[in-house]
Amino acid sequence: MGKIKSILLNELEMSKMLTRISHEIIESHSEISSIAIIGIRTRGEIFAKKIVDNIEKISGDRVHYGILDVTFYRDDFSQNLGSPKVGPSDISFDINSKNIVLIDDVLYTGRTIRAAMDELFSFGRASSIKLGVLIDRGHRELPIKADFVGKNFPTSNNEHVHVLVNEVDGKDEVRLVQY
Amino acid sequence: MKRIETKHLLGLENVSSKDIETIIDVGFTFREVLERPIKKVPVLNGKNIVNLFFENSTRTKISFELAEKRLSADVTNFSASSSSVEKGESLRDTIQNIHVMKMDCVVMRHPIPGSCLQLSNYVDVPIVNAGDGTHEHPTQALLDMMSIKEKFGKIKGLNIGIVGDILHSRVALSNIFGLIKLGANVKLCAPPHLLQRNIEQHGVSVTYDVDELIDWADAVNVLRIQRERMGVGLIPSIREYRKFFGITSERLNRHKKEIVIMHPGPINRGVEIDSDVADGDQAIILDQVLNGVAVRMSVLYLLLGSKDFE
Repeated sequence: MGKIKSILLNELEMSKMLTRISHEIIESHSEISSIAIIGIRTRGEIFAKKIVDNIEKISGDRVHYGILDVTFYRDDFSQNLGSPKVGPSDISFDINSKNIVLIDDVLYTGRTIRAAMDELFSFGRASSIKLGVLIDRGHRELPIKADFVGKNFPTSNNEHVHVLVNEVDGKDEVRLVQY
Repeated sequence: MKRIETKHLLGLENVSSKDIETIIDVGFTFREVLERPIKKVPVLNGKNIVNLFFENSTRTKISFELAEKRLSADVTNFSASSSSVEKGESLRDTIQNIHVMKMDCVVMRHPIPGSCLQLSNYVDVPIVNAGDGTHEHPTQALLDMMSIKEKFGKIKGLNIGIVGDILHSRVALSNIFGLIKLGANVKLCAPPHLLQRNIEQHGVSVTYDVDELIDWADAVNVLRIQRERMGVGLIPSIREYRKFFGITSERLNRHKKEIVIMHPGPINRGVEIDSDVADGDQAIILDQVLNGVAVRMSVLYLLLGSKDFE
């Protein structure tokens, strides 16, 4: 196990960032009804839900919400079988001609996002796909860039950004862990 | 990291309850994939799976083939009637020839009990038993259990009845092993001569009265009466079997509790089950078929997905 080097974000900072991202998402789409927020299991799913709630508070409109599990689309599948808890995706609306915003907690190599985009195409043809993340920690291995970023944290490869959420871990916090 | 312990799926007798639960749970994930506009995921991209069918099959063969294709595996089909088996080639030679051509998994149906176990001595890739004689048919039992779990939300503590020709049924045997491991109560109902002696040693109970079974059960799995058995004097007549063991709506209506009716197919309408029951609200026969594809995807994914397979 690694040791905690520092606390990057606390609960209040996380919540402010999600509020800002929610505003940015509204600002960048002319038609709110076309927006669909899709969270990547498991942490992204929780942030996506919060963003959907924020957007409803700000604009009064409830946008589409979905969950994506990318296990079956990962390129490192043959090496580690993906995440131990594979669960079903849940996208109950028609994604055709929607403006999708993918939400994940940490953007790192970009491979999860590549998998998520591939998987989205099996549900239909979205008008556009944008990406929102809470933390961008660098070290991209694919040409992928986030459209909405909570905070950029340059990290080294032996560090790990550990995002805790109240719903799973009992508290909201982002830690930098050294291995 | 290995998600299930077992290396092959030869039967459920030697698979742990934890593995069985994992296979069923991951099966529900694949059920969701089957609801998508594009029902295909790239997990087994580049893997080659050979389907060896030494015995006729419609449902199982199509189900496995669909499962393999929806996992993006490459599929090679083999059926005994159009192969060198007709020229007298042994199972071992057939397998070894196919094996040197570098496949990643073998799915086999064979009329001889234990043939899949024997096969595992010749090749070092995962083997999935798609039915070996009167021994086991593990994926059928897994899809039955998945359907029970879908319907009731659990398996533990349920009363599951199995009625029909238990003696010749690989479906029954696999179901018995699996259901008992997952904590269900199993009661069998069959004419006495179509039931193994000492079958109770597997933890099941027995009745010869189908009404008693219906009274007791939450769900009843109705097995096909194999017509080929009739010629050899095991069943005097279809009418007699229907009278004493057939699942008819008249019989079901006599009981207060509404039970779930399952059938592994193919159905002999009017023999072991009546049309109005098979097509009625109580039956989940077509759900079973859909779950079959999902659970087979789960089995292949879990057996082939692991890196440390040796």
